[in-house]
Amino acid sequence: MAEPFISTPVVTDAAESPLAGHYEKGEFGNLDRGVQVTLTERFPLAICDVCAWPGAETKTANAIKKVTGVALTKAGDAVDESAQAFQHAPGRWTVIAANPALPEALAKAAGDNATVVDLSHGRTVLRIDGGQSRRVLSKLFPIDFKSDYFPLEKGIATKHHEIFAQIQRVGDDAFDIIIFRSYARSFWHALRRASDEVGYVVD
Amino acid sequence: MIIVCPFCGPRDLSEFAYCGDADNLAARPDPAATDPAAWNAYVYDRTNPAGEHAEIWQHAGGCRKFLRVVRNTVTHEISGVTMLEPKA
Repeated sequence: MAEPFISTPVVTDAAESPLAGHYEKGEFGNLDRGVQVTLTERFPLAICDVCAWPGAETKTANAIKKVTGVALTKAGDAVDESAQAFQHAPGRWTVIAANPALPEALAKAAGDNATVVDLSHGRTVLRIDGGQSRRVLSKLFPIDFKSDYFPLEKGIATKHHEIFAQIQRVGDDAFDIIIFRSYARSFWHALRRASDEVGYVVD
Repeated sequence: MIIVCPFCGPRDLSEFAYCGDADNLAARPDPAATDPAAWNAYVYDRTNPAGEHAEIWQHAGGCRKFLRVVRNTVTHEISGVTMLEPKA
């Protein structure tokens, strides 16, 4: 097997959030009914795209399980305290963990079965949680967020206008939005505006 | 219009990119051919049916797979979606 190319791991102490200077904590919007959603940026994280070669999908899923310790559902999705993964296209996963060694470990475990691209420098993860999270997200994405269509741990690829986004349900009312770093400020602004109606806290 | 992607499920039209007539692919002349009539026919001549039409769409804002979609050009009713795989 060719020596895998591993980009420089995220230096967690030095990494700067794409929302730096625009991440104002506090309560905002219409607070008549109190705070109904919580917005957070999860930063810094290691974010990888793992793409299996045809026929090696099961071996690739096993490599993801081995490295992250998560148990993938039948659809290839998982949310754990230490890591999360979801299959956003056939044989293609997004894998996220707080561990900067994730890309290298995945590349080694996947070997010749898959390619691993380290997206840690290129994406950021925003979380929305709270009783009105589906109402807010429905304004931004043409997706059905109800539980029967969007079960726990499920992850999808979609877009907000021309901004490509991936969304994973990580809790009863909690969703992680994985967004391009270069669009993060613009999308954060849109997310805050969409949350104004229900009242939100930036934590 | 909603297209039911075989992998992603029902998704809004805005996530898809139209990539052309599915039945026209086989009609492409040899790339080395220089017959203008053959290329003109391939590039411009369309049957333009009022009814079922096979089309290639890419789920560009989703799983990025290419799909063969049979759509009724009069009613926009979609009667079949299959995933295209690269030739082995």
